[in-house]
Order: sequence, then C-alpha cells, then structure tokens
Amino acid sequence: MKKLVAILMVLAMTMSFASAMAAEPLKIGVIGPLTGGAAVYGNAVAYGAQIAADEINAKGGLQIVLNIQDDEHDPEKAINAYNEIMDDEAVMILGTVTTAPCIAVAAQAYEERVFMLTPSASSSDVTAGKDNVFQVCFTDPGQGKAAAEMIAAKNLGTKIGVIYNNADPYSTGIYQAFDATAKELGLEIVAVSTFSSDDNADFSVQVAASKDAGADLVFLPIYYTPASLILAQAKAVEYAPVFFGVDGMDGILTLDGFDKSLAEGVMLLTPFAASSQDDRTQLFVRKYEGLRGEEPNQFAADAYDGIYALYTAAMNAGITGETSYEEACELLIEQFATLQVSGLTGELAWATTGEVTKVPTVYVIENGIYAKVD
Amino acid sequence: MVSLLSHLLNGISLGSVYAIIALGYTMVYGIAKMLNFAHGDVIMIGAYITFSAVHMWNMPPVLAVVISMVVCTVLGVLIEGLAYKPLRQATSLAVLITAIGMSYLLQNIALLVWGPNPKSFPSVIGLPSISLLDGQLIIAAETIVTVLANIVIMIALTLFTNKTKMGKSMRGVSEDKGAAQLMGINVNLTISVTFAIGSALAAIAGVLLCSTYPVLMPTTGSMPGIKAFTAAVFGGIGSIPGAMLGGILLGVIEILGKAYVSTELSDAIVFGVLIIVLLVKPTGLLGKKVHEKV
Repeated sequence: MKKLVAILMVLAMTMSFASAMAAEPLKIGVIGPLTGGAAVYGNAVAYGAQIAADEINAKGGLQIVLNIQDDEHDPEKAINAYNEIMDDEAVMILGTVTTAPCIAVAAQAYEERVFMLTPSASSSDVTAGKDNVFQVCFTDPGQGKAAAEMIAAKNLGTKIGVIYNNADPYSTGIYQAFDATAKELGLEIVAVSTFSSDDNADFSVQVAASKDAGADLVFLPIYYTPASLILAQAKAVEYAPVFFGVDGMDGILTLDGFDKSLAEGVMLLTPFAASSQDDRTQLFVRKYEGLRGEEPNQFAADAYDGIYALYTAAMNAGITGETSYEEACELLIEQFATLQVSGLTGELAWATTGEVTKVPTVYVIENGIYAKVD
Repeated sequence: MVSLLSHLLNGISLGSVYAIIALGYTMVYGIAKMLNFAHGDVIMIGAYITFSAVHMWNMPPVLAVVISMVVCTVLGVLIEGLAYKPLRQATSLAVLITAIGMSYLLQNIALLVWGPNPKSFPSVIGLPSISLLDGQLIIAAETIVTVLANIVIMIALTLFTNKTKMGKSMRGVSEDKGAAQLMGINVNLTISVTFAIGSALAAIAGVLLCSTYPVLMPTTGSMPGIKAFTAAVFGGIGSIPGAMLGGILLGVIEILGKAYVSTELSDAIVFGVLIIVLLVKPTGLLGKKVHEKV
C-alpha cells in the first residue's frame, strides 16, 4: 500500500512538472456535420478552422488544439458531440455549423456557461436571449435586408419573383426580411413560390410561377444545390431573368459536373469569394486546396475567421489552456463587446446580441468566375 | 390553358420516371414477395456510375448508360444473392429490415466513394427543347425521351413476361412458388433474373431522373424510391401495367397539386389520394384479388 502511494505521488509530481514546463494548449471544441447530407459545410468548417489553428501554432506562443466532433446535422447528436468535447475539457466552442443543431447546443451551453462562436448558423434564434453565443456569419434577416437594398440601389429588377424553402428557417428568415424591406423600398414582388425540402427536385411549377408573372429578377434565398436545379429548369423553358442569390448560393461553381454557363449572370451577396485577389485570401485558398483539392467556400472562411477571433479575444483576456470554461466564458463575453478582427470575410465586430457587423459584397458570375459589382 | 398543358407534360415526365422505378418494386414483389427498399439506392448508384463515366472518364453518354446498366445488374444480383437469398425461409419482417439496412449501406458506400458534395449531373440527352405555339409551350427534350423510354420499356417487359420461357417461369413463380418448383422451374434463378432486370431498369431510371433534375447526392434515390413504391401500391403491387399507370398518375397529381393547390401540400395530396384509393380498392387500381384456398 505504501509503495503504491509512493509511486502515485512520483507520477503526480512528474506530471505536474511536465505541465509546468510546457503550457497547456488552449483546447477549442469544433462541432459540425462531418458526415450526412450537410457534410460539405461541416468539413469546410473543420478544414478552415484547422488552417487557422496551424497558422497560430506556427507563430509560437499560445498553442491551440482543436477537438472536432461530428453532429451529422442532427440536434441530438450535436448534444452528444458537445458532451464529448466538454468531457475532453474544451475551454470554448467553435460551432455548431448548421442552425437546428446549433439552437440545441446553444441552449445547453448557455445553461452551463460555455462560450460559443458559430461560424455559420445564421438564424437569429441561435443567439436570441443568450449572452454567450456569437456569430461569424450574417444573420438571415440581415442578408434579406441587404439584398433588397442592393437590388433597389442598383436598379437590378422591376418585377421580382421569389422562390424559397419555407421549411428551412434560413431561407424563410431571409425571405421575410427581404419582403419587408422590398415593400418599404417600393420594389414590386410579383410572384412568391415555395418548396419544402432541399431534396425537392422538381421546380417546374415554381419556375413557371415567376415566368408567367413576368418577373425580370428572381430572388433565390436558398442553398446552391436547389438553385442549380432551378437554373437548369429555367433554361429548359427558355426563361432568363436575373437570378439573385445570397451566401447559400456560394459554392454553385464548385458543384462537380455543373454546367457553368447556367450560372452566367447570376448575382450573389456573399462576404467571401475564393477568387478575390488579396494576398491573405489567396494564401488561404492555396492552403485549403492543398488539403482538400477544391476551392474553399464561405463556411471555411467563416471558420478561419472564427478561430482567429477566439484566439485574439483569448490573448487579450489572458485566457490559457488552464482557464476554466466558466471563467473563459465571462472573459470572452467582455472581450467580444469591443473586439475587432480583420478577417477573410471582412472587418468583423460584434453587437452584444451576438450578431456580427461586416459589409456584404455583391458578385456577378462572369465567364465562370466571380466578378465584384461596384 | 397553355400552362395547364405544360404542367401536365411535366407531370407525365416525372410520372414516367416513377413508373420505371415502380416496375422494379412491383416485379420483385410479384415474384419474390418482398419489398426491396434498396431499389431506390440502386438508382442512385446507377446515376453515380453514369456520372463518373461521362464526367471523369469522358465516355460517350450512351456507352456510360450501358456500363451503368451492367454495373447495376451485377449489383442487384449480388444484393439478392448475399443479403436476401439466405433469408428466403425467414419471416418477411426479417427480409424487410435487411432491405432497409441494405438501403443505408448503399447510401453510405456512395458517401465514401463519391464524397458528400452534391454533383451536378450532365444531361446525357443533349438535344434542344422543342418550342410550340409561338414559344408559349416549351417541351424539354428530357421530357420526350423519358416518356418514350417508359413506353418502350413497358412494351418490352410485357412481351418478355408473356412470350419467353423465362417470362413464363416468372409468372409461375409469382403465382405459386412451391408448385412452380415442383414443375421443375428453377425458382432461385428466376428470382435472380428478376432482380437483374429490376436493377437494369433502375440504372435507366437513375439516368433519366438525373437528366431532368440534375443534382446527384447519396440520398438522391430515397425520395423517388418512396414515391415509386407508392406508385406501385397505387397501381396494384405485382402488376406491370399497374406500376405504369400508378407512376404516371402519381406524377401528374403531384405536379398539378403543386401548381394549383399548394407547393407545400403536394406530397400530402399525393399520399392522401393513395389512402383513398386503398380504402376503396385495397388491391390498388389494377391489382388482382387473390383468393387463398384453405
């Protein structure tokens, strides 16, 4: 018995020495769908975050370790993933990637006081009433409003058709704000049609609704997969209005096998474009392509900015790997009120509600690449 | 009026795809008395094979479709031999669960092989649309090819089951497996051939489906699979003309429901009609009532 105690004490001493010598790295939990239907977003976030963490670790100083867990875009699995990373003593969370799981995890994290920064869950429900949850991406209403303002300011269309997914909070959130702002600005919405699942394949009826109403601009606050179907089916009936998308449209050119001529002239509002020529974006794009063999989308850029935002705030507040998550949570909330980060997706600052402020850019697809619209 | 016509054509085109898929369900059910829920996923695999052949190996579309049919046929026979044949004497529930498991297995294999990113399927038809009535009515080439393919398949299958020896054994097995065996029909071979034909049709259905609706994901086959299964039940499961009729009616109801009632309620309307039909005529539109002698 005595021997055992002695051995244990020796062990404990060596371990405490070891940890005193190399400072404990800052553990950040990342939750997102790495498999399943939304896997494309989760993997983009995982790789974007890893690139940022590797850059930070290469600098020396505070080291970052990511614990990346799969939630399969499922709220229940997201809670399991959350428990997993908290058992692993994560100090803060980058996640989750998609809205429905994020709402579930945010409720739990609010309860237990864990700081959460979601790269891409854009619903206002994610942050509402929770002082410890922040977003890197635009909110849905913010995008809808910006899109209507842009269409009015640049006089892009007089008769507007809308096709949106009314079973998806993202799409519905954007549409409602767009509708309200468009009415304020005197834009005429002539056709609104809906679909109720991203698995929906037949859009002949929705396209016909806009076509028959004579819409010269069709607003598509939806993801690029259904959008690619709408573009193909509009072409089949020789209907060629201006298609205007939001950040969900980003990625359409990376669809394997996609006929890029279909997207010619499509406009979209997005904070990040891989074709942007500034050095930082290009470096990020090269690193991402090296890892994944494809261009990064906005999700990857948001995750990259998210890790830098957490790192900057942690440095400012003196948070290390030994800080408890409750303590880190309060310090980070304080930091984010004044934090300013210059990222790939713009100049980021946060409101205490958790919403980010940054300026969206309008791009038009010309010759298969994004061109900035001034 | 013109828009009604255009919706009708879209409905018939969508319905024709359902009909071709439904043929696979109905033939397998008629002969092996099992619901092959993995059928929808064979469609997805067929579409992926065509996609890879055209897009990555630059093959001509027709050759790609033939390769996809061959692969799906082999896959169908393999699935039957490995997963269903050992369960021939088991309860129907065990077979059903195996089929559902097979469906998930295929989806996850596709996820591993082709990755989670959706693919945009290149139309293998590549003909221009036809413009009628001064451009008011535009018919996509895919619509015409789908409907024609459906008619050709239908005629070929009817001839096959009525005129060939294998077709005769199929009818025999579907009527009474035990008696057919006693008459010297190779039941296992007949069932394997049925799976082979059903899976080859699935490959064609996959290509037509993805040519009209060009997005391909590991879950692409599941919803059309369920709809086609509904179509098979609607038309009378086990009946080949029933699958055809059920499929086309389902497609037309779905599109007209979307166009004139509500885009959200179209599925509710489709399945509502199914319930009514089954209440009035439990064997489906063209299903036969089988009297069991005790």
